[in-house]
Amino acid sequence: MSELALRPARVALVGNPNTGKTALFNALTGSRQKVANYAGVTVERKEGHVTTASGRSLSVLDLPGTYSLRARSPDEAVTRDAVLGRLAGEAEPDVVVAVADATNLRLVLRLILELKAVGRPMVLALNMYDIAQRQGLRIDLDGLRRELGCPIVTTVATRKRGVDDLVAQVEALAAAGEIGGHANAWREPTAPEIRAAHREAQRILRAYVRPPERPDTLTGKIDAVLLHPVAGLAILLGLLFVMFQGVFTWGKWVGDQMGDGFTALGAFIAAHLPPGLLASFLTDGVISGVGSVLVFLPQILVLFFFIILLEDFGYMARAAFLMDRIMGGAGLHGRAFIPLLSSFACAIPGIMSTRVIDNKRDRLTTILVAPLMTCSARIPVYTLIIGAFIPDRTYWGFMSLQGLVMFGLYAAGIVSALGVSFVIRRVFWRGAVEPFLMELPSYKLPSAANVARNVLLRGQIFVSRAGRIIFPIMIVVWVLANVPGPPPGATEPAINFSVAGRLGHLLEPLLAPIGFNWQMTVALIPGFAAREVAVAALGTVYAVSDAGGNPGALATQLAHHWSLATGLSFLAWYVFAPQCASTLGVVKRETNSWRWPIIMFLYMAGLAYLTSFATYHLAVALGAG
Amino acid sequence: MHDMLAEPADVAVTQLAPTQVAAAGAGLVRLSAARPGDRGVIVEVGAQSHPGGHGVDVDELERRLLEFGFVEGAHIELLHEGAIRRDPIAVRLDDMRVALRRRDAEDIWIQLDAR
Repeated sequence: MSELALRPARVALVGNPNTGKTALFNALTGSRQKVANYAGVTVERKEGHVTTASGRSLSVLDLPGTYSLRARSPDEAVTRDAVLGRLAGEAEPDVVVAVADATNLRLVLRLILELKAVGRPMVLALNMYDIAQRQGLRIDLDGLRRELGCPIVTTVATRKRGVDDLVAQVEALAAAGEIGGHANAWREPTAPEIRAAHREAQRILRAYVRPPERPDTLTGKIDAVLLHPVAGLAILLGLLFVMFQGVFTWGKWVGDQMGDGFTALGAFIAAHLPPGLLASFLTDGVISGVGSVLVFLPQILVLFFFIILLEDFGYMARAAFLMDRIMGGAGLHGRAFIPLLSSFACAIPGIMSTRVIDNKRDRLTTILVAPLMTCSARIPVYTLIIGAFIPDRTYWGFMSLQGLVMFGLYAAGIVSALGVSFVIRRVFWRGAVEPFLMELPSYKLPSAANVARNVLLRGQIFVSRAGRIIFPIMIVVWVLANVPGPPPGATEPAINFSVAGRLGHLLEPLLAPIGFNWQMTVALIPGFAAREVAVAALGTVYAVSDAGGNPGALATQLAHHWSLATGLSFLAWYVFAPQCASTLGVVKRETNSWRWPIIMFLYMAGLAYLTSFATYHLAVALGAG
Repeated sequence: MHDMLAEPADVAVTQLAPTQVAAAGAGLVRLSAARPGDRGVIVEVGAQSHPGGHGVDVDELERRLLEFGFVEGAHIELLHEGAIRRDPIAVRLDDMRVALRRRDAEDIWIQLDAR
């Protein structure tokens, strides 16, 4: 028996973007997936497992989509190196599955010709075959099979059709082992070679594919509206507005119910444990700490739901089209739109997705401004402060004042990101941005299962982050806020005597000019680990320092303790503050140097201080002190 | 044809000289100058007009255009343009849709269909 027969066969999915490759990956592997990073690079590595009908184990890699093995971005370089077996820590695949959109074969045929040169055994999966059939597109499968010299499977990934057939073909090729492959003859094609490959692809198309009898006209009709210079931009803004109203109304309602649940749990524990350090640790440290972050999960899920839905519908490329010139005016590449939009959820996936931008300066500019986009970790802080200081009024029946302020904060983030990038590109790095070339995929009805799976995956990542980073930090905060305890007979709140209290008092003079009190300074210290921790820390600080005296919601406490000017100054601080250790860590890893995270930290801290200073003093001058 | 249209490495040159228009013949336009509704066949793909103006060198831009299917013989129609300075543009390219900036489409030549 060969070595290959004993270990799981390695399968790599390769294809153009927008071919339903990830949907096929999900259909193949179901929930048996693992998301990690490739060694040395930060490209997301998605691996899943399949067991064939005969019990054979397959390990499937979902490689980043590409139009050519001639990689231009770090993402595409991973696809190239994985296929060629050059990736550190990864063996070459036993079988390559080329995933094609059956209705759009031209470009993928050229990629398939490149893959053939690589020489790994290959299966072609003609995905979205149902759409091809509906359009009356005829593909001579036998002819194409002979021409390309590889098995062809038709699939409908969203309905799991053809998946068993695909697995069987992959297994057959894996069983044949090295016999199916030949030595790698691939090298980077020159312009004349790309032209020749196109002619070859054209010849194959003419010979084996009959154009659709009922081509898709719907995409054109939708585009006439969505890409309209005026209506298109208005719709984009409207969509963003609905998205944020959704986050703030639906997401918040569920979050509030969860919050009530955590409060009840805390009360239950407090009632059944003797008062003391343990009860304080469980209720003030663990439950109020982790709970105050978990209640924002529904809002994060709503945000991801919108982003993933629009992406699957095919709208995101249109949004990039509409935004390219506006972003180009600020010196950003149109492709920066999706990283920046992802940064609304979290700057970390946003920064990691800048890998689709090939030019180093375009990419660094996007990385530097990505944390200015309002990430979901700011939502807890914004929600808390808005809830405490902005009246809950509704205009015209649907427009909530709190939602409007939230929208304004998001707008402030966007405007400042564009402004900073403008300064970077005009002052530090002059010169042209990369070409903007992007396929506008046909619109498709998103599959509910795929959207749900991806939203849950993002939610899981957030919860595990909450568990692994926030939980230990909450314990540290609780310890800092309780140790050392007050001397016997002390009348002041216990936290005044603790390490955190002393640190807060020590740093207070620095932040007093922007209207921050020492409790806020204390909350900012653990808040440097992650933004949302500041909410939990404020909860701990105020719950501990006023334990028993004022058991109301944290928002009520803040409204009671802070002036409006201080509240607004705190909001302004959070638009800019570099308060996320993980973001700085990711920037270090992505840029391979401490230089960029340090620059990022300094410029953001500077902006935060200046804006808060201006906000506070303006508000005080207007009588909100 | 390639040599005839090759221009000096002058970034400012964006328009064809009158003699070149005459030599190019009727119905031949740069994709960068096309209007929505213009359709035809691509007769030449290059990238030589703005060396240093694309963020990548001209050979790289030419290869990227080719990889997206901007290749001699492809059918093309300009579908949409952006709000600001009519940029970027969305084109139907054979059976797919692609967006690009006019600046990067300067050296894609189209023979327009007779209307």
